[in-house]
Amino acid sequence: MRDEEWRLSPAVALRPEPFGAMAYHFGNRKLTFLKRPELVRVVQYLQDSETVRQALSQAGVPESQWPAYIGALRSLAATDMIRPSEGQDQ
Amino acid sequence: MTDVISTPVARPTGGSLVDQFEFGLDAPICLTWELTYACNLACVHCLSSSGRRDPRELTTEQCEAVIDELQRMQVFYVNIGGGEPTVRPDFWHLLQYAVDHQVGVKFSTNGIRIDKEKAAFLASTPYVDVQISLDGATAEVNDYVRGPGSYDTAIRALKNLKEAGFKDAKVSVVVTRQNVGQLDDFKRIADEHGATLRLTRLRPSGRGADVWDELHPLPEQQRTIYNWLIANGDNVLTGDSFFHLAPFGESLPGLNLCGAGRVVCLIDPVGDVYACPFAIHETFLAGNVLNEGGFKEVWQESALFTELRSPQTSGACTKCAFFDSCRGGCMAAKFFTGLPLDGPDPECVQGHGEAALAGDRNRPQPSQDHSRAALPKRAQPVMVQLSLTRPDITAPPVSACAASPLAGFQP
Repeated sequence: MRDEEWRLSPAVALRPEPFGAMAYHFGNRKLTFLKRPELVRVVQYLQDSETVRQALSQAGVPESQWPAYIGALRSLAATDMIRPSEGQDQ
Repeated sequence: MTDVISTPVARPTGGSLVDQFEFGLDAPICLTWELTYACNLACVHCLSSSGRRDPRELTTEQCEAVIDELQRMQVFYVNIGGGEPTVRPDFWHLLQYAVDHQVGVKFSTNGIRIDKEKAAFLASTPYVDVQISLDGATAEVNDYVRGPGSYDTAIRALKNLKEAGFKDAKVSVVVTRQNVGQLDDFKRIADEHGATLRLTRLRPSGRGADVWDELHPLPEQQRTIYNWLIANGDNVLTGDSFFHLAPFGESLPGLNLCGAGRVVCLIDPVGDVYACPFAIHETFLAGNVLNEGGFKEVWQESALFTELRSPQTSGACTKCAFFDSCRGGCMAAKFFTGLPLDGPDPECVQGHGEAALAGDRNRPQPSQDHSRAALPKRAQPVMVQLSLTRPDITAPPVSACAASPLAGFQP
């Protein structure tokens, strides 16, 4: 995942909350909470990053914590909150 | 020491979601909006004592303004109910207006207006979810509380939705003493209609206060519900309403937390905002959407909601070994049975509720009632069942004054 290009799903809206954000998927109606402001930043930076790695470093996540953040991103991917950028694999 | 603060005193950084939710959110996660007090039925346990329309109910324009505000606040979906929301002439317009403004809708209905044409419309509209109320897996058990013919109406609606290709409707069941033995049958009915079962807890709210003693599940039935939910948990929705059962063992899926005024609230047909759908009473009234600051100000700044999000005391419950799993249970259930809010839930599975119910208590007077005074007999639920067999006049009398003057007489 680290070197891939990912994006927030077009059907997902992020709502800022005191602890981070709430993500809602209008398509599958799943609701997810991003419990840390850093994770919210990572997800937002995905939009303009060519790789997940780039988004992580832009968001200021120390490299030692990347595995934990990749794990969080994978669970977001499992419910289609984020998805691989179109055009990368095609 | 009954005034021990039982929740964190300040919003933590990180931590569990429940810890965060206790301090509230910028907008509700899930909002219930009752569009009208009018209803074709007269269910004996109606949470909102519905029946007659209130002349002050929000107009179409006012409802649209509420939807606009929900969109601005990013409230992504609302649960619409009533009364029976589909009897409002502008219901279908408001439904479309909401989904066009990124406010998804789940609406609760008894099915009266879900004919083939409406089922087809619903099947073709994204972001709409339909919940059909059914409180018995047989007409006998359902109609006992919901009124004659209501079982057939609900089943017909489910059939119409299925035939129209509507995916994943919800069958919404309030679990009572009378239907607790039918949980498997409810699941089967849901499965047969390509629907998902949703079980919720009977609350002593609205007219429910008058029948709670007769309808609420008995202590041993609470265990049945818990076991059934543990066995079927992932395939059944509960609206997180059974968190008072958590002290039986492992926590049930979902938030084990009272969300009133923290993550949920209710807008009633006249625009009044209450802490939760089960708390339509002036004690839990936070404001009105027609006030200058609109819904946003009520949600974010009302004195009541601020208080509900501040550290709570839970009295004697804090000393209970299971406090972390149930957190004192349901505020509305305590309030409407006349129990103190900082004490145990009336259905506390450790038995503390029964002791509290047996003591002195004052049930609050309802602060609104839209029940119809004179409902045609054929439309009323009949909670006293008439015997279909002739009484056996030769049987021994059940009491001295019940002896039949014809006893012993054999024509």
